[in-house]
Amino acid sequence: MVHVSATPVLALRGVSKRFGAVQALTDVELEVHAGEVVALVGDNGAGKSTLVKTIAGVHPIDDGVIEWEGKSVQINRPHDAQNLGIATVYQDLALCDNIDVVGNLYLGRELRKFGVLNEVEMERRSRELLSTLSIRIPSVRIPIASLSGGQRQTVAIARSMLGEPKLVILDEPTAALGVEQTAQVLDLVERLRERGHAVILISHNMADVKAVADKVAVLRLGRNNGVFDVATTSQEEIISAITGATDNAVTRRAARNGEAQK
Amino acid sequence: MSTDNTSKPILAKIADAPAENPAAADGSVTAVDPRLLVREQGLSGYLGEFKRKMKAGDLGSIPVVLGLIIIWAIFQSLNSNFLTAGNLSDISVAMVGTGMIAVGIVFVLLLGEIDLSVGSVSGVAGATFAVLNVTHGMSEWLALILAILTGAAAGAIHGYVFAKIGVPAFAVTLAGLLFWNGFMLQILGSNGTINLDSEGLVAKLTSYYFSDVAAGYGLAAVAVAAYFLSSFFDNRRREAVGVPSRPLSEIIVRTVALAVVAFAVAIMFNQYKGLPLAVVIFLVMLVATDFVLRRTSYGRKVFALGGSVEASRRAGINVVMIRTSVYAISGTFAAIGGLFIASKITSANQGAGSGELLMNAIAAAVIGGTSLFGGRGRTWNALLGVLVIISIQYGLALQGIASPIQYMITGGVLLATVVIDAVTRKTQKTAGRA
Ligand SMILES: Nc1ncnc2c1ncn2[C@@H]1O[C@H](COP(=O)(O)OP(=O)(O)OP(=O)(O)O)[C@@H](O)[C@H]1O
Ligand SMILES: [Mg+2]
Repeated sequence: MVHVSATPVLALRGVSKRFGAVQALTDVELEVHAGEVVALVGDNGAGKSTLVKTIAGVHPIDDGVIEWEGKSVQINRPHDAQNLGIATVYQDLALCDNIDVVGNLYLGRELRKFGVLNEVEMERRSRELLSTLSIRIPSVRIPIASLSGGQRQTVAIARSMLGEPKLVILDEPTAALGVEQTAQVLDLVERLRERGHAVILISHNMADVKAVADKVAVLRLGRNNGVFDVATTSQEEIISAITGATDNAVTRRAARNGEAQK
Repeated sequence: MSTDNTSKPILAKIADAPAENPAAADGSVTAVDPRLLVREQGLSGYLGEFKRKMKAGDLGSIPVVLGLIIIWAIFQSLNSNFLTAGNLSDISVAMVGTGMIAVGIVFVLLLGEIDLSVGSVSGVAGATFAVLNVTHGMSEWLALILAILTGAAAGAIHGYVFAKIGVPAFAVTLAGLLFWNGFMLQILGSNGTINLDSEGLVAKLTSYYFSDVAAGYGLAAVAVAAYFLSSFFDNRRREAVGVPSRPLSEIIVRTVALAVVAFAVAIMFNQYKGLPLAVVIFLVMLVATDFVLRRTSYGRKVFALGGSVEASRRAGINVVMIRTSVYAISGTFAAIGGLFIASKITSANQGAGSGELLMNAIAAAVIGGTSLFGGRGRTWNALLGVLVIISIQYGLALQGIASPIQYMITGGVLLATVVIDAVTRKTQKTAGRA
């Protein structure tokens, strides 16, 4: 089906993260290959966003190893992740309300000409970029505060598409989107995969997951609860792994049986 | 910071790779949201948008300009000497010290923080210069530079303690206020006052006037031409790549408005002693800081931190570095302001940097239209605000009204301004422009 390279772009080995008394992540394993879409699912509070933030350098990990293209790396700051080629759309968007759309898209990597902001070029590229996402925004020069929730989300997604990320992480990117925009984002995820980018997609919407993901990794209470192949696993099995109706071993057996029957 | 000008956004590549669908892409660029109130072309459209902005609470500098006109009208009706070239020229020179400090405060307010130490730091700068130059006989330029660096270092220390250790800026700079005031008293020593050379470099800062009338008119002409040309060519670049640009009529109206103000001010100065050096330096600093804040990525980062610290951090911005540098800028401008204040009285004394100076500098930034909530403001606000405050001082002095009343009036104006700021913010929120 999809050609997947041997060494994963990103591999997490036994990653743990604690916030005070809350053990948010315990020994989490995850692998993402180039040209692969991995959906990360789990109940509210399962630790999905926390996992994303450890990869993005927002919360450095306490224990475990992060491997990037086979080599162990330290990701201690957002900058480290960006330099590796990781682009992230956060669940809480992380945009600056007082700055306009163009300014937010290019925040932290402004285009410059002779050391001065090249506003004209940034504006031109922003319009081009937003139009490919068929985002309707009144103007690229209005502050983010004046956009609707869905428009902000599309701006945050567009932001992650600038530059050349090798891995794009989308934390519930379609949560606030309308039908047309959701379809656009799913198309976008597919195009990213076709071009050989690795994608981690977090979503509570099983239909979306089934539509674009190759693998589904389930988190439950901060631990792995199985990795499933989307093509050969039924939705019920994934849901029971999310809710904990099945423990790890049973889930795996069910998955195997499912495969055998096909 | 990767500033790769050549790499195209992947989306754009994706977009033009498979389907080659320029029609769709173009269509969505030009298809404007029908609910969006698009500005009509030409001047009427411009006025329409202006009215809409007013309604939405996007007042900008309008309240302070109106306030200034009212204040001037009142003082002129009380005493016809108020709006004379001599008085206005004196106000312009007297405001530079506080105004410089207020420029630094604008930077700090853009972060949504406060700097209470600027008064004391300004006193330290004056005292440092006096001690090095007068007591130790150091050359004037070297003493001046060291005095300004002292301010920068003090600010950087405050900024670093705040940014790195996480002590609230209020507390750090309050400690700075006490410490630097003590430091100044210590270096001034027992006799307390050091007189500066009345013909020296620092004294000249406020006593020198370009008496040639060509200076004032020349500066006005250069400013107007520079404004027009930069707007015009910016527009040309925008048209060339097809992003929205301003109508030419708007640029002309703005240029004419600027020309009227610039030449009126030049005529006023030339009727008295000529163009004051202090005002030239202040204007240069305003242009430079405005450029830094609005045209460089450093300025963009300052605004970003004022909008959302977490979003800035995740965008890879070095929060500690920006915060520390903003406080260093604030300390630098406090020191420069302190030198202008010392220049005005040609001495460094124990009272320098205390009293109402700190409050006036903060009030000037806020009255000028800088938001206390962070992320909104311009350094030009410092000019407008300090003009209001010093006008009130001079107007009341002309009436022979003592400082208690003056404080009460300045307090009232400040309250009115922060009320406008808070209300503006609310209106902007409901109008979706906060
Ligand atoms: N900054 C933080 N400080 C303390 N605890 C945190 C922090 N961030 C997350 N947590 C805790 O970590 C756990 C996992 O949270 P996380 O946001 O990763 O969940 P999630 O899987 O993304 O849930 P959702 O589907 O609701 O987005 C929760 O128990 C949460 O309370
Ligand atoms: Mg989450």
